[in-house]
Amino acid sequence: MDFSQIVPALPALWQGMLLTLKLLVLAVLGGVALGTLLALARLSHNRTLSFLAGFYVNYFRSIPLLLVITWFYFVVPFIIGWLTGTNQPIGAFTSCLIAFMMFEAAYYCEIVRAGIQSISRGQVNAAYALGMNYRQTMQLVILPQAFRKMTPLLLQQSIILFQDTSLVYAVGLMDFLNTARSQGDITGYLHEFLLFAGFVYFIVSFGASRLVKRLQKRLTV
Amino acid sequence: MNYNWDWQVFFKSTGIGDEIYLDWFVTGLGWTVALALGAWLIALLLGTVLGVMRTLPGRTARRIAGAYVELFRNVPLLVQLFIWYFIVPDWLPGPLELWFKQTLHPATSAFISVTLCLGLFTAARVCEQVRTGIEALPRGQAMAAFALGLRLSQVYRQVLLPQAFRIIIPPLTSEFLNVFKNSSVASLIGLMELLAQTKQTAEFTANLFEAFTLATLIYFTLNMGLMLLMRWVERKVRVPGLIALGGK
Repeated sequence: MDFSQIVPALPALWQGMLLTLKLLVLAVLGGVALGTLLALARLSHNRTLSFLAGFYVNYFRSIPLLLVITWFYFVVPFIIGWLTGTNQPIGAFTSCLIAFMMFEAAYYCEIVRAGIQSISRGQVNAAYALGMNYRQTMQLVILPQAFRKMTPLLLQQSIILFQDTSLVYAVGLMDFLNTARSQGDITGYLHEFLLFAGFVYFIVSFGASRLVKRLQKRLTV
Repeated sequence: MNYNWDWQVFFKSTGIGDEIYLDWFVTGLGWTVALALGAWLIALLLGTVLGVMRTLPGRTARRIAGAYVELFRNVPLLVQLFIWYFIVPDWLPGPLELWFKQTLHPATSAFISVTLCLGLFTAARVCEQVRTGIEALPRGQAMAAFALGLRLSQVYRQVLLPQAFRIIIPPLTSEFLNVFKNSSVASLIGLMELLAQTKQTAEFTANLFEAFTLATLIYFTLNMGLMLLMRWVERKVRVPGLIALGGK
């Protein structure tokens, strides 16, 4: 074991980590936004809408993320080509980002739905009594409270997503893990680089989940 | 964009032996199921032991199991797989290393790595479910068992675990389904399970949409089928009176 080889590779590894984090942040933002819309659709009185949202969630929850990533990598360029009539390649990053957003939205949807349902019915009634319409009730009364309650769960799910971003290895995107692996192959110190990658993932996830736990305690007071 | 749809593609010859593409999917599904069942067996056994350890009165056992859970939950599955596949075999003692790397068929050694990796990964999750199940039982259960003169091992075996397991069937079901889905990482170290066969079919035939649609349908059906099966099991083994605890 010779971990000194990692030092010269640190700038490259940092670039990989930046890509991982960029993918993570964009996927979380997109996923939560889409997930919230799905949750509202699922809870809506419109039968068709709630059925479609339910189907979406069940669909993405029953197939592996890796399948979604591979699927989108091959198929998204096709579809965009179809829609725009051009043959422009969109690249692995965009297709992965779309895959993560759509996949995670199914998981975020369930968290948001549970959050909305945990707000007492009286809040809705009170908002309506004040003359608010559905949109105002959701926007001003229900969602702000629900998000406060859900924050720990949303963050926990995002930590899982942070680990899952390593699956972009399948389409050759140079994220943190893939950079570590290729640096390991180049230098001939694959063992050290892989263990180092595992260590970094561990420290980040472990630290983040500790912070989330502390936050959870503060929010539930 | 012109794309030639061809749903007959699965019945065409692959050009290798007298196989048709559908055979590839069947072989792939076979690997996927074997992986998932093997890993689930490891996860269930080890996860139960760890889950019990987390509820024992002794501090050491609780700490060891706690550390296990943190370690295996905070490292991505793919990193763990690389470690089991690329690193651990090099650490084996001489003759064993030679046997693993040279005597075994590459598919077999990959299969062993993935099964072990997935089993140990899932054990951390099963452990937490088992612990939750045990902690959800009324304290009186353990006290009553001790009062009857049962030993610690008997308390767990005959009183706590049989009840805890029935409570946690729903979360265990989703872990079981996760094992099936997670087994697709095996495609990244070259084991020809369902996803790898799908990719290969897509590359050979250029009928991407058909290949990926079939794979999606297989995973979807598998999930739905297993979910229904587990729901039936849950109804069968439900303890009247405990539903309020376990029902969600």
